This record gives sequence, C-alpha cells and structure tokens, in this order.
Amino acid sequence: MSTLPLKINDLTVAYHEQPVLWDVDLSIPAGVLAAIVGPNGAGKSTLIKATLGLVPAAAGSVEIFGQPYAQQRKLVGYVPQRSSVDWDFPTSALDVVMMGTYGQLGWVRRPGRAQRELALHCLEQVSMADFAQRQISQLSGGQQQRVFLARALAQNAQLYLMDEPFVGVDATTERAIIDLLHNLRAQGKTVVCVHHDLESAPEYFDWVVLLNVRTIEAGPMAAVWTPENLARTYGGRFHTLQRSPAAEVVG
Amino acid sequence: MKLLLELFTDYTLRNVALGAALLGIVSGVLGCFAVLRRQGLLGDALSHAALPGICVAFVLTGSKAPLVLLAGAGLAGWVGTLLINRIVRDTRISEDSALGIVLSTFFGLGIVLLTWISKHNNANQAGLDRYLFGQAATLVASNVVTMAVLGGVALLVVLLLYKEFKLLTFDPAFAASLGFNTNRLSIGLTTLIVVAVVIGLQTVGVVLMAAMLIGPAVAARQWTNRLSMMIALAGLIGALAGVSGALISVSDHHLPTGPMIILSLTVLVLVSLFFAPARGLAWAWLRQRRQRRAMRAGRWQSKLKQGGQS
Amino acid sequence: MSTMLAIILTGVLVSSACALLGCFLVLRRMAMLADAISHAVLPGLVAGYFIANGPNILAGFLGAAAAGLITVLLVELLKNTRRIGGESAIGIVFPAMFALGTFLVSRYFTNVHLDADAVLYGNIEFVNFDRWFIGSTDMGPQALWVMGGLCVLNGLFVALFYKELKLATFDAGLAAALGFSPVLIHYALMGVVSVTTVGAFTAVGAILVVALMIVPAATAYLLTDRLPLMLGIAVLCGSLAAVLGFWVALALDASVAGSIAVMTGVLFGLALLWSPTHGLIAKQRRRARQRLHFARQTLLVHLLHHEAASNAAAENSVQHLSGELRWTPELARRVVETALRAGLIEQDAELLRLTAVGREQAQANLQTRALFTSAAVA
Repeated sequence: MSTLPLKINDLTVAYHEQPVLWDVDLSIPAGVLAAIVGPNGAGKSTLIKATLGLVPAAAGSVEIFGQPYAQQRKLVGYVPQRSSVDWDFPTSALDVVMMGTYGQLGWVRRPGRAQRELALHCLEQVSMADFAQRQISQLSGGQQQRVFLARALAQNAQLYLMDEPFVGVDATTERAIIDLLHNLRAQGKTVVCVHHDLESAPEYFDWVVLLNVRTIEAGPMAAVWTPENLARTYGGRFHTLQRSPAAEVVG
Repeated sequence: MKLLLELFTDYTLRNVALGAALLGIVSGVLGCFAVLRRQGLLGDALSHAALPGICVAFVLTGSKAPLVLLAGAGLAGWVGTLLINRIVRDTRISEDSALGIVLSTFFGLGIVLLTWISKHNNANQAGLDRYLFGQAATLVASNVVTMAVLGGVALLVVLLLYKEFKLLTFDPAFAASLGFNTNRLSIGLTTLIVVAVVIGLQTVGVVLMAAMLIGPAVAARQWTNRLSMMIALAGLIGALAGVSGALISVSDHHLPTGPMIILSLTVLVLVSLFFAPARGLAWAWLRQRRQRRAMRAGRWQSKLKQGGQS
Repeated sequence: MSTMLAIILTGVLVSSACALLGCFLVLRRMAMLADAISHAVLPGLVAGYFIANGPNILAGFLGAAAAGLITVLLVELLKNTRRIGGESAIGIVFPAMFALGTFLVSRYFTNVHLDADAVLYGNIEFVNFDRWFIGSTDMGPQALWVMGGLCVLNGLFVALFYKELKLATFDAGLAAALGFSPVLIHYALMGVVSVTTVGAFTAVGAILVVALMIVPAATAYLLTDRLPLMLGIAVLCGSLAAVLGFWVALALDASVAGSIAVMTGVLFGLALLWSPTHGLIAKQRRRARQRLHFARQTLLVHLLHHEAASNAAAENSVQHLSGELRWTPELARRVVETALRAGLIEQDAELLRLTAVGREQAQANLQTRALFTSAAVA
C-alpha cells in the first residue's frame, strides 16, 4: 500500500485544558514494528487513544491509510492496557477473542460459527487454544494479555495499536508476543506499541517514536536510538536512569 | 399446598404471582448489567427519584391509572439520572455523594407532594402511598398486562443488543474503538433500568427496589462464569423471589409485599454466596481449614522426625 | 416554648449534628453507607423493643445504634469475600435490614406506635408534645435535648479527633504509618454516624437524615477548599435549610421533614450553578476562556515547530490552521486576532510569524511541560 498506515498531523490533546500532547506530527511507514517511548506522563497512551478517537483532539488530525479513522476502523486493531477492564467479568477467553469480530459484524448481528473458528485460530496463534473455555479471571496476567492480543488478531487488521502489551507479563508471554509481532511484520502489517522498558526497546522494535508531549524524534531504531535523543526525551535525566541497575521507567 | 392450588384458580393470587414474577425476571436481567458495570446503587437513586414523578403525574392529570403514574415515575427517574451524571461529570463531587443527593432530595420532594396531596385532594391519595412499599395485592389484570408489555419490550431490546451491551459492560473503550456509540448505548441501558424500576414500583415500592436489581444478579453470578447463563439465572432467581414473597404477603394481610419479596431474595442471595458450587464461601472455608490442618500435620511430622534424629 | 420555635430549633440542631459528620462522609466517599445505616435503624429499634419487652426508648436507641454498626460490618464482610463489589454489598445489606424491620413491625408490633411511614417521614411536627420530665419538672421537648446532646457529642468528636479524621480521610496510608489506625477511625466515625442517625430519625425520618448528612456537606464542598470552612458552611447550609423548610412546609401544609430535604437540595442546586469556584456557570466561563488561551498557545507552538521547516510557508498560513489543526474558520480567526493583538505573532499577508515575545512564550510552554514530566520520572 502506498499511503502511510498512520499519519498524525499537528495533534494536540488536552485534559482539563492542560496539554498532554502538543502539536505532535508523526508518520509510521508500512511494515514496521514501532515503539512509542517516553517518560511517565509523556502522553504515550493518550496518543493511541486520540488516534482511535477515544479522547477528543483539541487540534490536529489523524489519518489511517490516508483517511480519517472513522472510515478506516476495519483496518485497525486495538489492544488496550490489561488493567483497563474487570477480569472478574463472567466470560471465557474464547468469548473475549470473539469480541474482536464485533466491529465487522456491526449492530445486532450475532457471532456465528465462522467467528468462533476465527477466534479459536487466533487463540492458537498466541498458544492459548487450550484455555479457550477458561473463565478469564482464572488466567494469569500473561495469559490475559495474550487473550487481548488474540482479540486484536480477530479484528484482522492492517495496523495494530497496542498499549503497553509487555507490562507485567511472564517470560513465556513475552516470547509469545515477540513471535507474534514478528509474524505480523512478516505479513506486511504494521504495529505501534506503547513501550516503557528502555532496555528491551531496541531489541524488539525496528522503528521508534520518542515522545514527551511533543515528538522529540522519530525514525528507524538504528538512527534515532542515541543517548542524546534519549536525554532530550527524558529531560536530561536519562544518564542517571541508564546507570541504575533496572533501566526501566515505570509507566 | 393449598396456596399453590389457589395460584391457578384464585384471580387475585394469579395476578399477584404473575406480576411479581414479571418484575423478578425483568429486574434480574437488567440488574446483571447494572451490577457488572458497578452501577448497582443507581437503581436505588432512580427508584427514590421516581416518587415525586408519581405525585406530579397525579396532580397534573388527576388520574390514578398506573400507566399515567408510572410514566411520571419513569420521567422523574430519568431526570434524576441525568442530574447524577451531570454532577459526577462536571464537579468534584463523587458518584456516591451524587447518588445520595438525588436520592434524598427527590424523595423529600415526593414526601412533600404526598402530604400536600393528602391535605388538598379530599384525602384521596390512598392509592399513591402504596408506591412506597408496594402492595401486590392491589394488582389487577390490566396492571399485569402493562407490566408485561413494558417488560417484554425491555427484554426484547436486551435480546437484540445483547452483544453490544456485553461489550459495553466489559470493555467500553474497545467498544468505542470498534465504532459503537458507547454514549448512546449507555443511555439506552440506563433507560431500560428505569423501565425495570417502574415495573417494580407497584409491587416492591421505591424504598426496596434497589435490591431487586442487585440481588438476583449477585446471586446468579455465584453459580456461573458465563454472562448469558448469569442473565438467565438472575431472571429465574428474581422471579422465584418475587412469587414467593408476593404469596407470603397475600397469605397474611399484615405483611407488606415489598419487604417479603426482598427477604425471600436475601435468602436466595445468601444461599448462593455460601453454597454455589465453585465460588461458594462455605467450600472456600472448608478448603482453607483442610489446608491448615494438613499444614499443621506436616509441621508435626517434621518435628517428630527432627526429634527422632536428635 | 412555642410549638413553632421547638420545631425550628430541633430542625437546626438535627441539621448541625448531621452536617458536621456529613463532611467526612462526603470526603471519604461513604455517602451511600450513611444511607445504608439509616435504613438499618428500623430493625434495630424493633430488636431493642423486643429485648426490653416494650417501647423502651433507651433500648431502642442502643439497638438501633448497634444495627447501624452491624450494617457497616456486614457490608465490609461481604466486600471482603471478593464475590461482590462494594456498591452491590451495600445494595444487598440495607434493603435486607429494612425489609427485616418492616416484617418484624408488621408481625409483632402492629399495636405499638411504630410504623414504616414514621420511619421514613419522622414526625418533627410533634416534637413539642413529647416532653421530658425529671420527677414532675417539665424540662421541655425531649427531642430538643436528644438533638442538643448529639450536636455537642458530634462537635466534640470532630474537635477532639480533627487531626486524626483529616489525616485518615486524605491519606489513610500515612495515618496508619503514624500509628492512627484508619480502621479504628472508620468504625469510630461510623459509630457516631449510627448514633446520630438514630437520634435524628425519630425527629425527621430515615431519608431526611441522609439528606441532612450528605447534601449540606456536598454544598459546602462546592463552595470551599478548606476543611474547617467546609464544616462551618455545611452547618450553616443545614440550619438554613431547616428554617426555610419549616416555612415552606407551613405555607403548603406539607411534611416538614420532606420540605427540609427539598431545601437542602435547593441550596445545593444554587451552589451547583453559581459557586464562584466550582459552580457550573463559573466553570463554563473559565473553560471558554482557557480554551481560547490554550488555542493561542497551540498556535504559538505550532508556528515554532514549523518556522524552520522548508514548508513553513504552507504550514504557517492562516488557511492551513483551519485545515490542519481542524479548527473551525471562526475559531482560527479569533485565535489569530487575539494573538496579533497581544503582540505574540505578526501577519505578513497569509503567512504568520512569531514575534520575539511569542517565540519566548512558545518555548516556555514546551519547557515547563518537559520539566514537569522529567520531575515525574525522577
């Protein structure tokens, strides 16, 4: 596809008239695994939510493959933060994954056998097929995260937006997510992840957006991931962070 | 046994039982969504807010026809919800305070109107104050038909929009990202809850209606991990509580219907909480005790072993 | 003492006693727990009468206060099972308690003067007839003494434990670390709320107790940011509502308790609309002003970002603003106009440029935000 999967123009978002994102410009090319990296309160999650129209923009616009989001919903998959829902909800893993098909189904129509099979297939891709009938509160944190990923897969999208998929997951899940991301890239799909772990970012992703209220720098990982740029993003405090044993900014 | 036989022959008894069952089903089904969205007490505020609506409808039309009064109740309940939403959204007052404010001031207004009507309308308000605690014995066939139509429409909407309501309840942000208008869905769901409250006013009364929404859902949740099953069970439990409470109340005219239904419901809730197969508290306690005993035994064994070695 | 004066005075005392505690309930988000306690009074009274074998006032009082605490305890217990949410726990316990109360009344106390209506409405109208005698000396209306006593009790409670209540309300963790058990404070507060509810409800009924506890406190919360002032305003609002409510009830020949509740609501409505700090109208105005200010800053930042770029001419034109920033042409026009007038930008035909002042402001904007976030990281 010739047009960019995600292009953000002069996006400004404010909560209570306090700017969270300020005049952000951003282009993500097709087929990359992009990380959005930045300090606490830099507006990383807000950038994703504003892209999806979940929070109103005070100014600016978002284009998905050249069109506004409202017209391109079916091309976008979304993985919210795991902590954003109540996992004691009475439903099974398979059921949650099927929710990924609701957008295609539209109003009133119910999911049927086709949706069920698609959901099962998606669960297989995150090695969760054995847990399909399990109630979601009985899954571990990592397994819940994989269910969320499978739900996004069920959306069968071209562009995936993920909000901190690596937070609080076990090593197995981390491995499974990375494999999945590589799979998606191999299929020519584009992934944008909010990511908080500075150590693993250059290893997992090939594209990076350094964000702190505005775009500090964005581009291929190899070119952008420099101590100077990180210092600019983290307000000069990056060096102290880097020296600390766990170079992790709690998001 | 005699009561059960009369259920099919006695006119009043049949109406009462049917009405209470209808109420139980509708409020049980809708209560599931309210409870899962952590809005259980909204029903309490709504039902209290309905009282002035009943009174105003009576003053304006002079009619005591349930349909007229219930329309007023629904309208007032709606206004109350809007106020609560506005207060929570636009001020720093928390949700539970907003509920308390609307609940108590609307109810106060209802009481002012009730006392005013009783003094200015030739003491003709006898029909109105039964909405406080409900009086199922006064249900006639036309009331039951009204309830059935209202409840039927509400249930039909739930059936049609089951998928949407489920998604809205579980993950509203995801629902919005898929293009569902979550604002409108949410208002729609609240409107259905208003309908359930309105259906219950005649039978249970405004004071205890909250439990009719919360109780069946909480009880049903203990027995199943599937939403569809929970909804079906909640309807069943609501109906069971409604019928048994109404029958107890009819059998002894001293006993008001609302409290009897709520007491039956409470028994069902407690039984579910303690003895439901997987989540039952009784089983959890038993497991814990067994574990503790096993641990103590283990400690004894190792102590004995140590003793033997030294 | 005239009947009217006795009613008004009782109303003022009830409101004051309730408003003092209400402030902490509102701040601690426990308004609905107060509602639950007020419904538990009925079975408590009945149980007290049952034990005392008749309508003994002291037994009723103790029974009701105990029932209030039991309600709080049951709610906590249910919540702690983690099988139900907090608000569902409240919604199950209080209807059950109230239903139990009505059941007991209608089964065993049909002859005693205690019916559910009185529980809901109270009968403040009759305070002057229920008098307190020591020996044969008429000490005046009994309710007046009860409510006066509760006022003093609550005043003392708040005054003595002000520091602890404040700490436990705003930072439970710190309170615990400093050795003030938040659990103890919670139950002490709930105990006082229970006793006050029992005392107040014979005069004004269960629902009005809730109105008097929550609504004046919430009104005060809209008017001030300082706790001592909030307590004062709440007491004042409650008392004012009591006086106004009485006159309205008199004029309409309607329930006094109900009118007082409505008046608390009216006062709340006034504060909701016209509070200078937290009112809806002030907020609306402030928001409109802020929006314009914010839009102007957005414009400055936008110009700063693109002034060095090769496409500055295209990015920084007036037309572009409504296109790219998605502003309505009217908003864009107003923003540019005010920015021009403030000397932040200059216009050269279609092209907008920052002035020195404007550039400084734009840079400051970015800096303050960046500093703030890096502080959060550290």
